[in-house]
Amino acid sequence: MNTPKALKYAKTDEWIKVEGDQAVIGITDYAQDQLSDVVFIEFMIEEGDQVSKGDPLATLESVKAASDVNFPASGTVTAIHEDLVDEPEVINSDPYEAGWMIKITLEDPSELEDLMDSESYEAYNAEREG
Amino acid sequence: MMFTPHTPQEIEEMLKVIGVDKIEDLFENVPEKHRFPELDLPEPLTEMEAADELDYISSGNASTDEFISFLGAGAYNHYIPAAVDMLLRRGEFYTAYTPYQPEVSQGTLQAIFEFQTLMTELTGMDVSNASHYDGATAAAEAANLAYHFFRGKRKNILVSRAVHPQYRETIRTYMQGLENVVVLGDEDQADMSTGLQQLTGKIDNNTALVVVQYPDFFGRVIDYTNLIKIAHTQGALVCMIFNPTALGLIKPPGDYDADIAVGDGQPLGIPLSFGGPYLGIFTCKKKYVRKLAGRLVGETVDEEGQRAYVLTLTAREQHIRREKSTSNICTNQGLMALAATIYLSLLGKDGFQQVANLCYQKAHYAADQLSNIDGFELAFPETPFFHEFVLRTPKPVNEISDHLINHGIFPGYDLSEAYPEMNNHMLIAVTETLSREDIEFFAATLEEVAND
Repeated sequence: MNTPKALKYAKTDEWIKVEGDQAVIGITDYAQDQLSDVVFIEFMIEEGDQVSKGDPLATLESVKAASDVNFPASGTVTAIHEDLVDEPEVINSDPYEAGWMIKITLEDPSELEDLMDSESYEAYNAEREG
Repeated sequence: MMFTPHTPQEIEEMLKVIGVDKIEDLFENVPEKHRFPELDLPEPLTEMEAADELDYISSGNASTDEFISFLGAGAYNHYIPAAVDMLLRRGEFYTAYTPYQPEVSQGTLQAIFEFQTLMTELTGMDVSNASHYDGATAAAEAANLAYHFFRGKRKNILVSRAVHPQYRETIRTYMQGLENVVVLGDEDQADMSTGLQQLTGKIDNNTALVVVQYPDFFGRVIDYTNLIKIAHTQGALVCMIFNPTALGLIKPPGDYDADIAVGDGQPLGIPLSFGGPYLGIFTCKKKYVRKLAGRLVGETVDEEGQRAYVLTLTAREQHIRREKSTSNICTNQGLMALAATIYLSLLGKDGFQQVANLCYQKAHYAADQLSNIDGFELAFPETPFFHEFVLRTPKPVNEISDHLINHGIFPGYDLSEAYPEMNNHMLIAVTETLSREDIEFFAATLEEVAND
């Protein structure tokens, strides 16, 4: 499973890439693998929305399950990757680059301290796999 | 499959796990005097005696077998070809319920798929689900869909006062658990003829859904083109509640650009039975299919390339999406949907149009006859109607009704209860089952009453 070092990870399997106060959010390779083929994404927010950490960002449907994607940090939504609606399979094929979902301006960068680095996230996954 | 109840040993094991001595202990919270009440039942009967007694009780009912009926108001007495019942009772089909191991029931799934196809052709909509309990709950699910489509950001469900009163109640019941949702639009007791302008005037950018009926509760065929245009300008969705028989004759909801179209399928080969529930039809534009409640059957191919049917898009249903789903409905009215499918297939397009046309012609003949009687007149003489119309009577309807029942006639529906401002108004339905003689007998009997 691919777990890029430059990213931060949430327990609910989102990644966040931070540059200054700008951040990009998506779901991890582990998450897309667990879901299997993603067939549908519905964004739950609009550009300009103020969001809090833990708020639902989108709902994903795969052939196996439906699940929520949540914000790993609070902020203001600056971009939504609407193209995914037409080709949700990109979330499976390229979760960290072409499969990005949302961009936000961070409200409180200190919130990121609660997130995991790639090493802890890998350990967390190994533990879940038991 | 055998139904295997728990053995005494299993019961004992379970009690041990949860730490109680006997089953009675589980009812400790029920006050003792209410726990095992004396039921005061009569002595047991033999099967023969019980059948006799039930026959005797049911002989007290008046039915459309002996009476001629002008009663509609949501459920209609249509002729049902004998083949509908014959096919319905085949063992392979004879379950009222939705398939729970769906893919092993290919025949049932195919029947539902055919039902969905027929419903989309009837309504001109893109998608139909496998059905709901009845028309009223289908209408409530439309409100649910709209609420979830706007993710709770639009709070108003606008409902026309000319929508069936019980449908409006059901919508309110469904909406009461949702935060801040307001069902409004039907509070004004204004003249019904201006109702539409008032309703249209209430549409704004906080409106999630506008609900209208077609033909409306009073049987009137109203052109909703303008209302729908205005609703769409405000970004709101529109649900049309339709009568399926009427769609054999009049422009379907799809041609009006309605977003959702629901109705009760009872007129499609389902006998009258104490007012329902019968069969809820739910159709919508493809755009809303992920928010659609209930089951949905799709056609695909199996491993060997053969045609096969599956439940599709199930991830939107409650058993997978849990509390995030639009609705908690994961079922359908299997047997009734099948009845509608057989009925429509037997009649075919021409036969179905013929039924609609007969209803229309006979209702208009009846309206002419009845409004010619001294003291009686049509309440909405200027508005086109399908097979139901409102007759203004010289006396309160309940004073007239007894007399008609004594003559073997089920009179129309007394509107005064649901519409206090419509005292002395009777809603009259006429279907293809009534002959010219029936209608003339009704008119003659009404004339008698008026002169009493």
